[in-house]
Amino acid sequence: MKWTLDKATPLCPQICEQVCVKIALGEFKPGEKMFSVRETAVLAGVNPNTVQKAFEKLELDGILYSVRGSGWFVCEDITKAKETLETLVAQKTDAYFTSLKALGLDTNSIKNYVKEWDYE
Amino acid sequence: MSEILRCENLTKKYHNTTALNSINLTLESGKIIGLLGPNGSGKTTLIKLINGLLTPTEGSVLINGKAPGVESKCDVAYLPDNSYLNSWMTVRQIVDFFVDFYADFREDVAYAMLERLSISPTTKLKTLSKGNKEKVCLILVMSRNAKLYVLDEPIAGVDPAARDYVISTIINNYNPDATVLISTHLISDIEQILDEAIFIQNGDILLHKTVDEIREENGKSVDELFREVFRW
Repeated sequence: MKWTLDKATPLCPQICEQVCVKIALGEFKPGEKMFSVRETAVLAGVNPNTVQKAFEKLELDGILYSVRGSGWFVCEDITKAKETLETLVAQKTDAYFTSLKALGLDTNSIKNYVKEWDYE
Repeated sequence: MSEILRCENLTKKYHNTTALNSINLTLESGKIIGLLGPNGSGKTTLIKLINGLLTPTEGSVLINGKAPGVESKCDVAYLPDNSYLNSWMTVRQIVDFFVDFYADFREDVAYAMLERLSISPTTKLKTLSKGNKEKVCLILVMSRNAKLYVLDEPIAGVDPAARDYVISTIINNYNPDATVLISTHLISDIEQILDEAIFIQNGDILLHKTVDEIREENGKSVDELFREVFRW
C-alpha cells in the first residue's frame, strides 16, 4: 500500500488515479471493502476531505460504491479501473518515446534498448 | 457549510507598528487551513486575537458568531507557540487539569495517545524533552472535541519523523465538522493535508484559496508558490 503523490498538481485526481491502479493490479479485489476515508488519508498523508472527494468521484465513475454505515467497496466490474491503468501506461510510455526521439533516436532502436535493458 | 470564524476590518497596532492591517477573513467548518507567512507577518497576532489574548485596535473577530470570551473558548482548542504548562506537574496532573477545565475533553483519547508515545502519566513535565513536551501539548489540544482548533507552529520543534506523527495525530483526531487552523512556515511538511491556504505578509492577506486551486492555477506546489511570493 504505497502512495506517491506529486505536490505540484492537484491531489484529488492523483488519489483517483492511484485507487484505479491498485484495483487494476489486484491490490483491491472486486467487491472487497476499501480502507475507510480516514485510514486512507492517514496512509497517503493527505486531508480526509480530499480522499472523500476522490471516492465520491470514483463512485460517479462506477469504480467504487458506498454502503451507508459500512463504508466503501470496489465495484464488481473493474473495466473502468483497468482502462485508467492502460491510459496511464500509454501516457508514460509515450512520454518516454517522445523524450528519446527528441535526442534523435528512431522508434526501432528505442525498442531495442528497452528489450536489452537489464532493469533491477 | 457553516461559518466558524469571521474577521471584519480586523486591525491590530502595537504603538506605531501595524501587525494586522484591516483584514477580512471568513473560514468555514470542516476544513484544514494553513496560515502561512514568513516571520513577523502577523500569524501569531491573528491567532492571539482569535483567542482573546489581544484586543483588536479596530474591527471585530467572531468565533461561531461569538466575540472572544468564555463562551468562544468552549469552541476553540488552542495550541500556543510556547508552552504554558507548569513544568513541576506530572502528565496525569495536567490531564486532570484539562478534564476540570474543558467539558469537551476526552480523557480516554488523551491516555491512548500518550500510551502510543510511551509517555507514562507519572512523568514530570520538566523531565520530558522539548519535542516530547510539544507532543504532550498537542495531544491535550487534540483530545478536546472542539469546533475550531488553532495550532500555532505545531511542528516547528519536532524532528522530521515526529512531524509525521503530529500530522497523523491531527488527521486522526479532529472531528470532521471542525476546522483546524495551522500556522507554520514549514509548508512542504504540511501542505498535503491542507484544504485551503492563507498567505499573510506584513499584516495583509495576500491570498486565500483551496490548495488544489493553487496547484492547478500555478502548476506548482504550495511550498514553491510560497517561496516565489515571499522571495527577498
